[in-house]
Amino acid sequence: MDSALIPKEAKRCSFPVFAVGIAVAGVIVLWGVYAMGLCWLKGLNQTNMNDYYGFALWIWADLAVIAIGGGAFFTGLLKYVFGIDELKNIINLAVVIGFVCYSSALLILAIDIGQPLRGWFIFWHANVHSMLTEVAFCLSLYFSVLIIEFIPLILENRKLDKIPFFHHLSHNMHGVMAVFAATGAFLSCFHQGSLGGVAGVLYGRPFAFREGLLVWPWTFFLFTWSAAAYGPCFTLTVLKIVEKITKKKLVKDNVVYTLAKISGWMITTYLIAKIIDTVYWALVTAPSLGFNFMSFYSNNKFYGLWILFAEIVLGGIIPAAILIKKDWRENSKLLILAIVLGTLGVCINRWVMVLQVMAPPVMTFDTWALYYPSWQEVATTVLPVAYGVILISLAYRYLPVFPQEKELNAE
Amino acid sequence: MIKKHNKAKAHKFGMVIDLDKCTGCGSCMVACMSENNVPFKENETNKKDSITWMHVYRLTNGKSFPDTEICYIPRPCMHCGGKGDHGHSPCVSVCPATATDYDYTTGIVSQIYTRCFGCRYCMAACPYHARYFNWWDPIWPSGMEKTLSPDVSPRMRGVVEKCSFCFHRYQAAKDTAYFEEREDITEDEYQTACAQACPANAIVFGDLNNSEHEVYKLVKPDPYHGGRPKEPKAFRLLERLGTNPKVYYISEREWVRKAGDNYVKGKEKDHKKHNTE
Amino acid sequence: MFPFCFEWVWDAGHLLFFGGMWYTIIILGLGMTYCIFKSITQLW
Repeated sequence: MDSALIPKEAKRCSFPVFAVGIAVAGVIVLWGVYAMGLCWLKGLNQTNMNDYYGFALWIWADLAVIAIGGGAFFTGLLKYVFGIDELKNIINLAVVIGFVCYSSALLILAIDIGQPLRGWFIFWHANVHSMLTEVAFCLSLYFSVLIIEFIPLILENRKLDKIPFFHHLSHNMHGVMAVFAATGAFLSCFHQGSLGGVAGVLYGRPFAFREGLLVWPWTFFLFTWSAAAYGPCFTLTVLKIVEKITKKKLVKDNVVYTLAKISGWMITTYLIAKIIDTVYWALVTAPSLGFNFMSFYSNNKFYGLWILFAEIVLGGIIPAAILIKKDWRENSKLLILAIVLGTLGVCINRWVMVLQVMAPPVMTFDTWALYYPSWQEVATTVLPVAYGVILISLAYRYLPVFPQEKELNAE
Repeated sequence: MIKKHNKAKAHKFGMVIDLDKCTGCGSCMVACMSENNVPFKENETNKKDSITWMHVYRLTNGKSFPDTEICYIPRPCMHCGGKGDHGHSPCVSVCPATATDYDYTTGIVSQIYTRCFGCRYCMAACPYHARYFNWWDPIWPSGMEKTLSPDVSPRMRGVVEKCSFCFHRYQAAKDTAYFEEREDITEDEYQTACAQACPANAIVFGDLNNSEHEVYKLVKPDPYHGGRPKEPKAFRLLERLGTNPKVYYISEREWVRKAGDNYVKGKEKDHKKHNTE
Repeated sequence: MFPFCFEWVWDAGHLLFFGGMWYTIIILGLGMTYCIFKSITQLW
């Protein structure tokens, strides 16, 4: 039915099977859109946020998708700027994932603000001292870069490529892609960092506050580094999921191992910095503001020491160890364990830097505040996941996302 | 943000609350809500999403009867001067759209409701929980809208609001002074609704830069330390964070003064050093 | 925000911030314009 659109010699499931899969994800999208409509029409009273939890699930989702979407800018940087050419075999997937993540983040932000129609004020009345302004600027500009990076891939669709203008445009865009990728990497460094700065500058919140360099708290650098380190973990996780579903090998092992190894060393160096930061914060920063380290971890079971352990050890040291050791990362089961743990680890870090920041009281006579999301918040957060499934499925079916697919699956 | 560092003429409005006088009656909260058209919900059970620009906290010394003592702490917006008292308040410095601003001529932290787009970053930044979000549309029961103050604009759903130190009263006082061809306003011309409503006279309001004003005499703010009180019985909430609030508290009771800030275990005596450093 | 906005201030913050923003927009805009024009000239 749609065979004319499918890349040449590529094998895809029949259209009805594909349509059923898309329909299932589509139902979830509709559920999310309904919740989104409720939030826009009835206001943020549809959420379980309150005046203690002004930042909650959505801000975490924003930070998390942007962190795991970091694979796009980092892989782009490695390929186009540092010239690691074999990564061309996975860059398309990284770009598609980046596109999904960043468009989701922008959508969630549009739901999250109390007056969505005034969203443009952040550009027009910008306070240049605010980390959130920096986030908004770099995020929207980087999303433009992702669109530019995505266009040539779309134009390579069999039908579109037959149109001469599109054929040339796609070719020419590839020619100057290094400029776009470098711009994207520059923007990413700042918006990943400024997302870290969002929490780090809060000097009224001792759990989040960090000293730093010039106007940037240490979390600024930690967030950039962690997004570059953990982003490829998510790219590889998605690759493995796609391979599992399609029952095909899509990228050669050497490419996967190269990216995994780089990710492993990035996580290792990040962890060293993160552990130093945590120790300094626990022993110097927090006590200077009157807080014991344990005062942030001993009130309730949810925010116990386990969360720090899960973030640093389970989501950090273990994946780093697996990914840097050749034998381990080349063991397929250990590799999957590492990339999944890595993805979870960075998500826990973002959770802690948003949700746990809000939880402990600062005034001595105040109380801990715990929060659980409403179904509307959950639905609007699941919405991007379902949307991502649809977009990646469409991209896989109709676009030459994996250049090695043909070679690896030749009869 | 146009900065006017006119130190000679600049006011620095602030508040001093005597916690030994406060009975916790809540008059300040009622007066504030009525004066500032603060919206309310049909059901106010959940205090974490109801709006109280002035909020009275209750605390105890944690001892059992007969040694139990209770203290009430009214908490308006602190109108922080921020680190170094340069106007970089926790909230002002983070607002992405300059919807909250520090007025260098009065020291008041403003909130521009029509510009706020409801990102709530300022709420995350404020350690005093002095900022409130309008989760619902403000609705007054039929007829009650006639009691609204025409001097204060009601806020729409989806924006943040907070105590303004009754700024409209300052504007009215300045208008009067201008009309009467006076250069400046007097102490009693500009008083907040909570200060006037307090039956125990626990709340005093005035210019912390003016040594003639009662607030100055009560706490003796030290201009070299962001206004930290030189008066030993006075303190500010969370002094160590460096927010430099303009709301001061006074108490004869040491445990109350200690409750104003956090201290690492074993270093509880640090709070005594604060005023003498 | 443009330099002729009433809120604009000629300070380092605004220059770096908006300078960076307009610089990036120009790079992206010129890059895309170059690609489109080159494709057109290759065709006709």
